[in-house]
Amino acid sequence: MGEKTKLLKDCRVLDFSNEMGFLCGKILGDLGADVIKVEEPGGDPSRSLGSFYKDIPHPEKNLYWFAYNHNKRGITLDIETETGKEILLKLIKKTDLVIETFEPGFLKKLGLDYDSLAKVKPDIIVTSITPFGQSGPYKDYQGSDLVLTAMSGFMSVLGDTDKPPVRPTLPQSYMWIGMHAAEGALMAYYHRGMTGEGQHVDVSGQTGVTWAASIAPSFYDFNQEVPKRAGSFITGRSITGAIMRAVYPCKDGYVTYIIYGGPAGIRTNKRLTEWMDSKGMAPDYLKNKDWNKFNIATVTQEEIDQIEDANMKFFKTVTKEEFFKHVIDQDMLGYPVNTAKEIIEDEQLQSRGMWQEVEHEELGTKITYPAFFTLFSSIACGFWRRAPLIGEHNEEVYAEIGLSKKELLSLKKANVI
Amino acid sequence: MSKQIFEGIKIAEFAAIAAGPLIGKHMADHGATVVHVESHERPDGFRQNYPPYKDNKPGINRSGAFTMCNNNKYGVTINLKAKGGVDLAKRLIAWADIVIENFTPGTMKKLGLGYEDMKKVNPDIILLSSCNQGQTGPHAFHPGFGSHLSSLCGFTYMTGYQDRLPCILYGPYVDHIGVGYGVIAAVAALEHRRRTGEGQFVDLAQYEVGVQFMIPALLDYSINKRVPERDGNRHGYAAPHNTYRCQGEDRWCVISVFNDDEWKTLCKVMGREDLVSDPRFKTIPARKQNEQALDSEIEKWTSKLTAEEVFKKLQDKGVKAGFVENMDDMFKDPQLKHRGFWAAVDHPEIGRYHAEGPPFLFSKTPFKIDRPAPMLGEHNETVFQKFVGMPKDEYDRLIEEGVIA
Repeated sequence: MGEKTKLLKDCRVLDFSNEMGFLCGKILGDLGADVIKVEEPGGDPSRSLGSFYKDIPHPEKNLYWFAYNHNKRGITLDIETETGKEILLKLIKKTDLVIETFEPGFLKKLGLDYDSLAKVKPDIIVTSITPFGQSGPYKDYQGSDLVLTAMSGFMSVLGDTDKPPVRPTLPQSYMWIGMHAAEGALMAYYHRGMTGEGQHVDVSGQTGVTWAASIAPSFYDFNQEVPKRAGSFITGRSITGAIMRAVYPCKDGYVTYIIYGGPAGIRTNKRLTEWMDSKGMAPDYLKNKDWNKFNIATVTQEEIDQIEDANMKFFKTVTKEEFFKHVIDQDMLGYPVNTAKEIIEDEQLQSRGMWQEVEHEELGTKITYPAFFTLFSSIACGFWRRAPLIGEHNEEVYAEIGLSKKELLSLKKANVI
Repeated sequence: MSKQIFEGIKIAEFAAIAAGPLIGKHMADHGATVVHVESHERPDGFRQNYPPYKDNKPGINRSGAFTMCNNNKYGVTINLKAKGGVDLAKRLIAWADIVIENFTPGTMKKLGLGYEDMKKVNPDIILLSSCNQGQTGPHAFHPGFGSHLSSLCGFTYMTGYQDRLPCILYGPYVDHIGVGYGVIAAVAALEHRRRTGEGQFVDLAQYEVGVQFMIPALLDYSINKRVPERDGNRHGYAAPHNTYRCQGEDRWCVISVFNDDEWKTLCKVMGREDLVSDPRFKTIPARKQNEQALDSEIEKWTSKLTAEEVFKKLQDKGVKAGFVENMDDMFKDPQLKHRGFWAAVDHPEIGRYHAEGPPFLFSKTPFKIDRPAPMLGEHNETVFQKFVGMPKDEYDRLIEEGVIA
C-alpha cells in the first residue's frame, strides 16, 4: 500500500459556523481540507463555552474550541462592513465550500447568500446550519443544546421515569448536527466533482438529532405507542412490555449488562451464570434454567426481575476492571460504564493509535487528542494542526488573495479583521 | 433536473441491524441502488428479535426497526453456507461499487469474502466494514451492541443525576453515530475513487466514532484531571437551564437562558418583572446559586400553560425555549412536515408507514423516498437476473439448490 493521500487537500472551506457547526469543518479538515475558520474581529463568542485549559478563562484556552476547531486555520473578518464583504468575495473565488450558521436571511441581507455567492463562484457549495432549517414555521426560532435535544424527540426517551426528561450533560446535539452537516457538505462536494454543479445544503438542527432516538418513531408510526423514558432500563425489546436493566452498580462504579436473546445474548446469559456459580453466587433457578429456550421477545417481567435480582447481587462484588476483563475473555456482551479517564486508558484505543500528543507551543505544553475518526487504507484521516488562535492566519490567508502587510494593518486598525 | 447524487452507484450490503444498513439507506435516499443481503436461515436481526411489529404481531415482514433502516432498497436472499453461496455473493460484489458489512471482524474473511477476495472479482471495490471496536487490536473480535458501546464511550455515565444510577441512552445510540461517520467514510472513498480510480478498505470502529462526540470531556480529564460528571439538565454557566412541568400528563418544556438580557425577557413574558430586580436572580452566578428557587418560580408559570404555549411565547420573544416532543408530537410537528421529513411509503404487508428523511436538504439534488423496505427475498429475480445478468435457467437452478434461499 502506498502513502495515504490527503483526500481533500485542494478543497478550500470557509467556516463561519458557531458551536452548532464546528464539527462539520473539523471532519472535512480531518480528511485534509484547507478549512479556514472565520471569526469576528476579537474572536468568536463560542470561545467561552465549557471548560478551559487549567481553568484559566481565556478565549485562546478554551477546550471546546480546541476539541472541534483543530485542523483549521483561523482568520478574523467583519463581513458586515463593505470592506469586509469585498474581502470575502475575493476569498470566495478561491473557495469550494462555505459552512455557515447565521440566522436564515442574514446573509441574504448582506448580499452574501448562496445565490449571490454563486454569481461570483458558480460552483460554490454553501452548507447552512440552523436550528430548524432555512424555511418553515419555526425557521426564525432559536436553538440551544437543550432546545434541540427536546425538539428532536431524543429527550422524550431519556431520563428516570419519576423525574423530568434529561439531556446528556455533555452536549450531544451539536455533535449530531455537525456530523450530519459534514455528510451533506461532502455529498454535495462529490456531486460537484461528478457534474461540476454546486448547490445549497440546508441542514436543520432539529432533524440532525432525531437519529439519537434511534427507532423510537417506529413504535408510534406502527402502533401509536409513545416510547417513554425508563432510566437505566432498556424498553421495547419484548412484546410483553418487559423492560431490562442496562446499568448495575458494581464495586467501584457501574457496569452495563443487558439480558438479551439471540445467539450472543444466550451465550452471555449462560456464561454469567457460570461466573456466578464459580463464586458460589448462582441461585438454583439460574443454574437450572434452559437458556437455549430463552426468548427475549416473549419473556415476562417476572422472569426478568428474578434474573436481574441475582445479577444485581453479583455485580456488587466485582470491579469495573474485573467485569471488563471477564466479558472480553468469555466473549460476553457487556461493558463497564466508562468515565473519561477509562476511555483514555483503554488498551484497545491505545493499540489502534487513537491518541496523538499535539504540541501547543503557545501554552508550552502538549495535549492529547483523538488522532482520527476512521482508518482508511488509502485516505489519510488525521490530526494536522491545533485549533487556531484569534486571527492567527490573517497574514498567511490574506496574502493568498494579494493583500499586502500594509493593507492588513489598516484593515486591522479599522477593525475589519 | 439534476441527477440524484448517488445515481448509478451500486451498493451491496452484507449487513444487519442498524449500523451497516442505515449507511445504505441514507445513500439510497439520494439515488444509490442498494441491495440488502440476507437469507431465510439468517434474516436481518431487526426482522425477528426487535419490536415494534405492525399491530404487535411478530412476522418476518412486519418489523418497524427493519423497515426504518431499509427503505428504497432491494432485498435478496443468499445462503452463504450453501455450496455456491459464496460464489453468488461474489457475483453481487463484482456488480457493486461499494460493499457495506457489519459482522464481527473476521466473519467475512472466514467465508472467503474478505477484502482481498473481493478485490479479485472487483479490483476497485470499496469495502466499508463497520464493527464494534475495529478490525485490529486486542478487543477487535469482541462482539457488542450499541447500548453496550454507549457505556464504553462514556455517554451513559454523563446522563442522569449523580445521586441516581446513570441512565442508559435509548436504543443503540453509538450505532447511529457510526452511520453518520459511515456515510462520510463511504463518500470520501467514492471521491477518492473518482480522483484515482482506486477502491479501498475502510475500517470503521463504532467505539472510535463515538469517542469523537466526547472530545471536550476527554480534554477536560487529560488536561485538568477532572472527570466530567452528569448533572441532570444543569449547565455550568447558564440559568435557568432545565425542563419544566407543563399542563397535561407528562408534558414538559425546556428553557435555556445564557445571559441577563434573555433573563429579563423571560421575566417579562412570565409577567414576573419583580424577579428581574430580585437579588437572588440578578446575575448568572446568583441564579446558579439559587437555581432551585429559580426553577420553582419558573415552574409556577409553566405549569399553567401547555408545553407548546411556553415554547411559542418564549421563542416569539427570542428566548431559547422548546418542548419535549414525544413521538406523537414528532409526527405532528409542522416544521418537520414542512421539510417533508416523514416520507410515506406503502408496504405490501404493513400498509402505509413512514421513513425518515435526511437531516439536510439539497437545493438541486433532492432526496427521494419512494419505496418501502423489501420483504425477505423480494427482489431476488430483479437483482440476480436484471442487475447481475444471470440467465433464467441458472437462477432457477440456484433456487432449487438452496443457494438463493
